[in-house]
Amino acid sequence: MAIIELRGIRRHYLVGEITIRAMRGIDLDVGIGEFVAVMGPSGSGKSTLMNTLGCLDKPTEGSYVLDGLETTGATPDEFADIRNDRIGFVFQGFNLLSRTSALENVELPLFYDRSGSRANPKKRAKAALEEVGLGNRLDHMPNQLSGGQQQRVAIARAMVKDPAFILADEPTGNLDTEMTLEVMSLFQELNDRGKTVVMVTHEPEVASYAKRVIAMRDGAILSDAPVGERRRASEDLAAWRKRHALLAGEEGSP
Amino acid sequence: MTLSKLAGASMRSILRNKMRSFLTSLGIIIGVCSVIVMVAVGSGSQAQIHGQIAAMGTNLIMIMPPRGARTANRLTLADIQKLRAESSYAGAITGEVRMSGTNVVGGDSYWTTSVFGVEPDYVKIKDWPVESGEFFDDRDIAIRSKTAVLGTTVASRLFPGQDPLGERIRIGTTPFTVVGLLASKGSNAMGADQDDVVMVPLDTAINRLMIDGRINSIEMSAVSEDLMTAAQVEATSILRESHKLAAGVDSDFTVMNQSQIIQTASQTARTLTALLAAIAGVSLVVGGIGIMNIMLVSVTERTREIGIRMSVGARRRDILLQFLSESVFLSLLGGCVGIALALAVSFCLQRFLDTPTLVRPSVIAASAGFAAAVGIFFGFYPARKAANLYPIDALRYE
Repeated sequence: MAIIELRGIRRHYLVGEITIRAMRGIDLDVGIGEFVAVMGPSGSGKSTLMNTLGCLDKPTEGSYVLDGLETTGATPDEFADIRNDRIGFVFQGFNLLSRTSALENVELPLFYDRSGSRANPKKRAKAALEEVGLGNRLDHMPNQLSGGQQQRVAIARAMVKDPAFILADEPTGNLDTEMTLEVMSLFQELNDRGKTVVMVTHEPEVASYAKRVIAMRDGAILSDAPVGERRRASEDLAAWRKRHALLAGEEGSP
Repeated sequence: MTLSKLAGASMRSILRNKMRSFLTSLGIIIGVCSVIVMVAVGSGSQAQIHGQIAAMGTNLIMIMPPRGARTANRLTLADIQKLRAESSYAGAITGEVRMSGTNVVGGDSYWTTSVFGVEPDYVKIKDWPVESGEFFDDRDIAIRSKTAVLGTTVASRLFPGQDPLGERIRIGTTPFTVVGLLASKGSNAMGADQDDVVMVPLDTAINRLMIDGRINSIEMSAVSEDLMTAAQVEATSILRESHKLAAGVDSDFTVMNQSQIIQTASQTARTLTALLAAIAGVSLVVGGIGIMNIMLVSVTERTREIGIRMSVGARRRDILLQFLSESVFLSLLGGCVGIALALAVSFCLQRFLDTPTLVRPSVIAASAGFAAAVGIFFGFYPARKAANLYPIDALRYE
């Protein structure tokens, strides 16, 4: 069953007197449990696709059914509710609230919860942070955390309402190799547990951790294929750490 | 999102920028404080006027030329004699003429002061005891004796360190003998020195010192408080008869009782209070503009935060309420600090500067309410600006 169904999506911007066609008729299905990487050079329309999938932007034309819900005619308020209820965002710049603890950052989506859930938001946020391995960093401010840890807080925030899918926009763009591998192994772990992940990236190595790669160009899908040799980020991370430790050891020995 | 959660979030955001929040509220603090203090000082002096007039006795009746009218003053000695002869409800009666800016020469110096021509009942009605010597009596009135009673200020100016009793003074060109010294009364509610006065017999004043012979006012007391109205009505009809006024013609004098006198006296104070409060109110509005300014800066600065909140599901209304409640909190906080400050200032004014102040709870409530209203009014535009941001643009904002 498809969680995301895009049919004939077009998005046109009017910049001055020139119409920019950012998406020229995109059809896309993403099923439950998939891990999709969207690739493409800048200007290929992948950010626009991302905004559409995230219900941050409305397509000029076409239909988007998310988790069985037609979003085409939704009002801004309904869009806000969809984002709160069905989508977990992870951004390149982490986008955590500064001077706000990790716990409070993760609580934020619950703050805007309109479903009337009675579950204790603190408890749920704590559980989500424990799940990403930050159970001992609850009261840390973002500036007291490393980039990888900040991104894990962001992932915990995306997960806390158990959304239909996670939408990640260049999640490793600001991270070094070790942190990239940390974050990717976390995504793979979540995906293994059945979570659907859609990720925009321009790094082929990062895309190789997904199950399916969609390449975009000029506002259209160029190719859509499963990943042949899928890599495990956790294994790469272990290998990287071993090599790093070895290098450090060589430096230290006489 | 419940109200308590909203309040908590706003509070946290205000506390995150303590210095800025304080400076922003400062406008409101000063505004609220000055409104309350101004009104407190106004009400205080009003209350003092009430107190002083009430101290004269509750059965006081004053007869004056009509206020603000162009009719000439027609009160004369004959009116007083007729009142005294015919009124059955009047207790004490005195006429009063006032000559301000009169030169009085005595001892080795001279002094410019007010000379009052009054009758012996004056000290009874005003409850103003004589400290030494004695007040002139009915005989002095009858023979138009040239006797004078000095207020303490005049006595100390003309005869510093001496007993003025028996001394000779000259009012204008007429010589008088000092027969008494009034007890000190201090300054009145308007700050004028009531002891800066020389009292002489009414008839003497009219015949020796004045040209037109008109009485400035007649003061009388009713024999009892219950008979106030009766005494007023009676005095009116006696004076109308004395002035030969036909029925239907307006009286060419005003008869006022105690509460009417208080009303008239506090009219000025009330106008002044309102004016001061209005000026202080302007500073409250300026404070509101300060809040608006900071909120606009804050919206720009926190554009990314707004984007984040929108991306995790905040509706426009949530953003609007968040920023609105922040500005309301800021101004309410400012209001509370302003109220506390105003209470302290009022207390200090009363305690150390002898300025009477009266802080009414209703004024406190009104200024707190006004502060909140300022927060809503000036916070709305920035809050709406925040709420109308487009999620993508807000998220991308650097």
